[in-house]
Amino acid sequence: MQLDAKIPSGPIEQRWDDHRFEMKLVNPANKRKHSVIVVGSGLAGGSAAATLAELGYRVHCFCFQDTPRRAHSIAAQGGINAAKNYQNDGDSVYRLFYDTVKGGDFRSRESNVYRLAQVSSAIIDQCVAQGVPFAREYGGQLANRSFGGAQVSRTFYARGQTGQQLLLGCYAGLNRQIALGNVKMYPRTEMLDVVVVDGAARGIVVRDLVTGRIWSAAADAVVLATGGYSNVFYLSTNAKGCNVTATWRAHRRGAGFANPCYTQIHPTCIPQSGEHQSKLTLMSESLRNDGRVWVPKEPGDKRAPGQIPEAERDYYLERKYPSFGNLAPRDIASRSAKEACDAGRGVGPGGRGVFLDFRDAIQRLGKDVIEMRYGNLFEMYQRITDEDPYQVPMRIYPAPHYTMGGLWVDYNLMSTLPGLHVIGEANFSDHGSNRLGASALMQGLADGYFVLPYTIGHYFATHKPKPLDTDHEEFKRVEREVEERIARLIAVDGTRTPDSFHRELGKLMWNDVGMARSEKSLKHALSRIPELREEFWKDVRVLGGRSEMNTALEHAGRVADLLEFAETMATDALVRDESCGGHFREEHQTPDGEAKRDDENYCHATVWEYTGDPGKPNEHREPLEFEYVHLQTRSYK
Amino acid sequence: MNLTLNVWRQKGPQDAGRMETHYLKDISPDTSFLEMLDLLNEQLMGEGKEAIAFDHDCREGICGMCSLVINGVAHGPQRATTTCQLHMRSFKDGDTIDIEPFRARAFPVVKDLAVDRSSFDRVLQAGGYVSVNTGGAPDANAVPIGKEEADKAMDAAACIGCGACVAACPNASAMLFVSAKVGHLAHLPQGQPERTRRVGAMVSAMDGEGFGNCRNYYECEAVCPKDISRDFIGEMNKDFRRAALGGR
Repeated sequence: MQLDAKIPSGPIEQRWDDHRFEMKLVNPANKRKHSVIVVGSGLAGGSAAATLAELGYRVHCFCFQDTPRRAHSIAAQGGINAAKNYQNDGDSVYRLFYDTVKGGDFRSRESNVYRLAQVSSAIIDQCVAQGVPFAREYGGQLANRSFGGAQVSRTFYARGQTGQQLLLGCYAGLNRQIALGNVKMYPRTEMLDVVVVDGAARGIVVRDLVTGRIWSAAADAVVLATGGYSNVFYLSTNAKGCNVTATWRAHRRGAGFANPCYTQIHPTCIPQSGEHQSKLTLMSESLRNDGRVWVPKEPGDKRAPGQIPEAERDYYLERKYPSFGNLAPRDIASRSAKEACDAGRGVGPGGRGVFLDFRDAIQRLGKDVIEMRYGNLFEMYQRITDEDPYQVPMRIYPAPHYTMGGLWVDYNLMSTLPGLHVIGEANFSDHGSNRLGASALMQGLADGYFVLPYTIGHYFATHKPKPLDTDHEEFKRVEREVEERIARLIAVDGTRTPDSFHRELGKLMWNDVGMARSEKSLKHALSRIPELREEFWKDVRVLGGRSEMNTALEHAGRVADLLEFAETMATDALVRDESCGGHFREEHQTPDGEAKRDDENYCHATVWEYTGDPGKPNEHREPLEFEYVHLQTRSYK
Repeated sequence: MNLTLNVWRQKGPQDAGRMETHYLKDISPDTSFLEMLDLLNEQLMGEGKEAIAFDHDCREGICGMCSLVINGVAHGPQRATTTCQLHMRSFKDGDTIDIEPFRARAFPVVKDLAVDRSSFDRVLQAGGYVSVNTGGAPDANAVPIGKEEADKAMDAAACIGCGACVAACPNASAMLFVSAKVGHLAHLPQGQPERTRRVGAMVSAMDGEGFGNCRNYYECEAVCPKDISRDFIGEMNKDFRRAALGGR
């Protein structure tokens, strides 16, 4: 496996412009001769599908939901960053670039991050032109809020539903192209494998989730926009359907998987309430603009929050990080919460929670203002917990939320498998080992609207894929493999449900490969995962037929892939013998409990090549160079 | 809590379907409604019976994928709440709960409780967009939009496309959904150039999909999990009359 990141040379501000000029173009009349498969219809996939179709390519877009509008991007609450400097508070492309590289704890690729910051402004322009109803000031100008890891206000938002509004904008653009006949949309269709012909990705094999039919689609290139793998933890803020199947199957066909151990544990989620729980719900980070995080000073203090006097409260983020306070980056805020709870100062059932208190903000601004800013979030909290956050502080606890790791891509967003492009959360590129708030929406739309549409043209112009259809032997062979795997899942006919295996895997991963990892915990996970996988293939029970809608069969297939992926993820966490961002190895911390990087040995992206055994992948490295933002110990104090 | 559940089972679109009764024991009031169905499915699979198919995804009330008519009410008894955000504390120990799919001619049942709502997509494909290609958009602050108008647009845009409005309407009308989509863009300057054409095309697509007519029952507003106001229906009717009179 060769890793050539294809990073352009020259000054960083010029690289993307120069590269755009140097890339070969496809002439407008020839674009319709090229077809593209886009898997996933969230912000990255939806924007890419619509934009590629506008350019004239023939696009086939797939999603497992019943309509493209329900992709999980829709659940993003807080906002989207852009270096507009509308607030005149000193923001710039360079500052957004700097904050993102630093926030990612120096484990991202500088050139990609700079490009992301450069196109951020155009994203906001594009979304406004589509009719995205961003929040406005009374004078009609766009409003901004602050987010963690930044000292400027650069986050654009639409109440607490920013992801929804951005996705609806992008889905509207997609609908327009569907109506024009430029995009063929396949909802309720799940990708189960990639087809590689002559060394290049030329199609996918899918299952129609309504009829169960296995079929395949061919194209000149395949784009995966299939999101992250937080559901490896079972309980996460991801939608129930989120899974690793598309990226894992592509990995098995030759795409390198980069930094799978980089997972983001979001600090502000509603704590787990019991064993029945099926998912965790995020409370937007934007709440930390006005909410103050605290725990009682004394361990075991069981008094109601209102009974604990000011002097006996520890506003630990404000105490430890006075300049960023409650807006410390996510990895730091999450670990601090864990630390407080581990010290016995946690609140709520099981002591796994900290307070997020709006009392002072309500006193200062009035209940109306708080309601206007966060009303829908407060309502959601009340529905789930049956507590009124206007009266008592919210209880929050960290939960798996986002994955920075993903399929390795070069500067053109192409994986190590030629023709296979990967965008949005599914790739590894821009967030390093910790993503800053409001940057996921930015990256998904940057990739889909403004990067991939250029780079994929260059791929067509230089590789000139030959015409091909699904009668090709390789398609038939992969279809057979997919059919056989489904038959094997059903044939096990054991005693346990797919969900019970998923829960067990999730618990194991949370305990051993979660917020804090150690050599011991990782080795435990690495011995247990293969056993669990074996148990799964001996004892899973999938009822119902294959030629019909069968939710248990869908789930079983996804769990089977998670059970393989988990082992590579734990391997990566063990091999990365340092702490950085969201990857916290207990052996490597500063005296005050911060992540301690080892730049000498680990300033690289680890890229795993599949070997047939998910526990023994081949390791490759892409060295990371920091020419502009010099390596330093992150400080938010 | 102990519950008796009457659940709709239907093998596929052609099957007649029937209610099936199941019993669940020791359910925590903090369980969400869909988690309760998860538990029922685990119990059924343990007994060697096939799980009940139901649509769901985000489970935080925003994707619009969950549906269900619970005791005759789309999304169940709690006001402005999706099924996934409904918790069992809204019910009592010993309750009998009827669980059915959204029913409408334009929403055929796929299996059990899952229905096909692709008619909504087709209505939007008829015109629910601003025709602007990627690139070349003016600066986002070039056109100021007053906060009140922007807020109105957002009130409409909050629709999650779940289809409860259709399921609740005695005529299975999609007027609340379509008017929310039309209203979102009608309240923004970006939506003006195509405003007349859009409303004509979307209303005609809506009729073509087999949704019924609006008779002002406003059951739609009562069940809407996002509190979309029926005022948007009035606004859309005005726009539609203008479209009909002025042509496109």
